[in-house]
Amino acid sequence: MATTRTDRLDIRSSDDVVKVRQQTRTLAVDAGLSLVDQTKIITAASELARNTLDYGGGGEIRLEVIEDGGRRGLRLTFEDHGPGIADVSQAMRDGFTTGSGLGLGLGGAKRLSNEFFIESKPGVGTKITIARWKT
Amino acid sequence: MDRIPILKLGKALLVTIQVDMHDRLATALEEDLTSKIVAVGAKGVLIDISALEIVDSFIGRMLDNIAAVSRILDAETVVVGMRPAVAITLVELGLSLSGVKTALNVERGMALIQSRLEDLDGDDED
Repeated sequence: MATTRTDRLDIRSSDDVVKVRQQTRTLAVDAGLSLVDQTKIITAASELARNTLDYGGGGEIRLEVIEDGGRRGLRLTFEDHGPGIADVSQAMRDGFTTGSGLGLGLGGAKRLSNEFFIESKPGVGTKITIARWKT
Repeated sequence: MDRIPILKLGKALLVTIQVDMHDRLATALEEDLTSKIVAVGAKGVLIDISALEIVDSFIGRMLDNIAAVSRILDAETVVVGMRPAVAITLVELGLSLSGVKTALNVERGMALIQSRLEDLDGDDED
């Protein structure tokens, strides 16, 4: 797998969440994703960026246009050094939240992506990687 | 802080969301609309989201809240202009906006609100 473009953004404020959406759109277009696929990954990015801000205490996103055997896609990695998630499978469940949101962020972001990886350690932080491939 | 303008058209309020809203702006819109409904005695609220490229769970919840609060204040909310890709994504995200009335475009949305206003006028005459 090759990475043809990489960008990084800090996620420190709700304005940064808007910037994450805009940069995700730019790279999704670059990767050749269809309008529906662009909309899905931008929405997933918005959910995960807000989680990084609200639950992770801020962090960063890495955006990569990737190529694998002739197919192109977009991979997003969100990383924070916040409190981490004690029970990941519980956090993935729709409707579960420790905050004031709807509890759709993680499960929704997974459904909107072709690939979804989550790694979290209490007291260390959370890293979530999603990818959407051109169909 | 920026605000999204709210226009008054008779007994209806019209909001056109034209920017990619950060969360505070969305929350401010919710509060502004609620006070404006009461201030002008609005019976209908039309929200045009045709310029929005995405609706995530935060914006979806804002639309749901506006519809619920306006209903309690005797106004009906109609959300118009949702893009097809946004609708597909919202459902997959897990939000069906079941409490929100929708119409394809501003014209149809206004017709919905207008028919409610006429019903209310009819009741007044009884």
